[in-house]
Amino acid sequence: MVLTTEKPEVAPVGVASAPGAVKLPKKKRPKGWWLPFALIAPAIVFELLIHVIPMIVGIWMSFIKLTQFYIANWSAAPFVGFGNYQIALNFNGAQGQALLSSFLVTCGFTILVVGLAWGFGMAAAVALQKAFRGRAIFRTMFLIPYAVPMYAGIITWKFMFQQNTGVINQILGALHLIDPNNPPFWLIGNNAFVAMVVVAIWKLWPFAFLMLMAGLQTINEDLYEAASLDGAKPFRQWRNITLPGLGAVNNVLLLVLFLWTFNDFNTPFILFGGGEPPAGDLISFHIYNTSFITLNFGFGAAMSVLLLLFLMLVSAIYLVFINRRSRRA
Amino acid sequence: MRETTGFKTFRIVTLAALAVFVLLPLYVMITSALKPLGDVQGKFTWWPTNFTIQPFIDIWSTIPLASYFVNSVIVSTSASVISVIIAIFASYAVSRYKFRGRNAFTTTILSTQMFPGVLFLLPLYLIFINISQTLGIQLIGSYLGLIITYLTFTLPFAIWMLTGYFDNIPRELDEAAKVDGASAIGTLIRVILPVARPGIVAVLVYSFITAWGEVLFASVLTTQSSRTLAVGLGEYSTQVNVYWNQIMAASVVVSIPVVIGFLLLQRNFVAGLSAGAVK
Repeated sequence: MVLTTEKPEVAPVGVASAPGAVKLPKKKRPKGWWLPFALIAPAIVFELLIHVIPMIVGIWMSFIKLTQFYIANWSAAPFVGFGNYQIALNFNGAQGQALLSSFLVTCGFTILVVGLAWGFGMAAAVALQKAFRGRAIFRTMFLIPYAVPMYAGIITWKFMFQQNTGVINQILGALHLIDPNNPPFWLIGNNAFVAMVVVAIWKLWPFAFLMLMAGLQTINEDLYEAASLDGAKPFRQWRNITLPGLGAVNNVLLLVLFLWTFNDFNTPFILFGGGEPPAGDLISFHIYNTSFITLNFGFGAAMSVLLLLFLMLVSAIYLVFINRRSRRA
Repeated sequence: MRETTGFKTFRIVTLAALAVFVLLPLYVMITSALKPLGDVQGKFTWWPTNFTIQPFIDIWSTIPLASYFVNSVIVSTSASVISVIIAIFASYAVSRYKFRGRNAFTTTILSTQMFPGVLFLLPLYLIFINISQTLGIQLIGSYLGLIITYLTFTLPFAIWMLTGYFDNIPRELDEAAKVDGASAIGTLIRVILPVARPGIVAVLVYSFITAWGEVLFASVLTTQSSRTLAVGLGEYSTQVNVYWNQIMAASVVVSIPVVIGFLLLQRNFVAGLSAGAVK
């Protein structure tokens, strides 16, 4: 009798005696082990809903011929394999050529905007590093473009770049840089690229400034004291103390600036509206237009996936490079 | 510390040049908003000689600015509040607990930062269309649809920033609360949240500013009645005959609440950002 009543309790031990599972009954989950999972559960649900599922759907879309006939009934759209990718990467075809030119414009745009926005941010952060009268005013002023809603800033620039009524041609004319009787267009033709770069820098550089300013606060002031006692000039102090001290900030900052700029949609969308000039055809804008004007979503999805692969590749190379450099240092 | 003349020159030149660059559009925006239509249709003038506040009145009837305003407030507030609430719990777990899948979770959060918005826009648009086809729930043109899509960019950033912020709060505070018998949730609410308030405010402000200025999703997922300011104004500015003085007045109106809010909370924001990102 005693044996039989005890048997159910012994049974798990018998199972556990199999090799590899000996410790199972002892290793009870600690009290409250579920808590972190409960805490991140809402975030995971939303992540699935807004990122993971759309992404899977997006990848699937890139393999089907999802034109306007199938938008409301996507399960009927024919499967085309890598067909959409072939069109996108065939640089002899019209679509591939347009994508390539948009890609090259975006690369040039990104290099200029990230470089200059970072340079401006760094110059301002260094100029405001030491206390002086009026520092707080400049610091606040420089952050305003960041707080002004993006579209309000871009619309204002659009007004400023108008051919006959804009302030830009007015200033350039007063400086004798252009012929005031025949002022150039800024929002159509190749000048559109310049206009786009200027606007993008205007709204991006305050973020670089903000991050670099925060980073500067972590650098020990004594280092500068010691360096100036050794006779180091400000530029050498910047190169030997400030720049290495900002290493960690720069690693993150440059990557974020790159990703934001490469994906920039707002600047060309608001600056040019529907009639985008080829010189202002940034890649996000290009994919958007191709998808919503031609209503070929499968092709648009394929281009989005290619864009993502490119960004992942660049980010991965960058991170490997950063890690290797920081290990060597 | 002694300053060389070279550094002083650098400082003056840098600050002057950047001040002109930053202020020129703001100056143009404000002064043009105070000019009658005739004065913005000719050559640009530096000073509003025929001073008027009429553009600030007319713009409300030229475009449905009030409706855009309400839509933007609802969508931006909901998206930032929801993402901050979710992020508080998630960031607390990531910052204070070691659990299986923690690295996978943080990597996913970080990597979604790099994903282009257009990559999510096309699938979400199609999912919304097909949901309304099959289930009859209309998400395009609804606040809910837009709020969900806005979470694609506010939520990862909120989790990322708050985790960094929580990491900087000394563990001793948790221990002390535990000794006093507080539960994990009690510790979070009564100990961590008050200390992290600047960081939370920073994340709220950041999310709000981003949502307030979002164009890509709103341009596709809103209808005339749910247009946000960003798309409504952007659309108007692409028309052939733009009343530039009125649109500048509208730009001033939409900027004022965000700029004032940002400047008031600036200290919090900078502290929160540096704690979250500078590590």
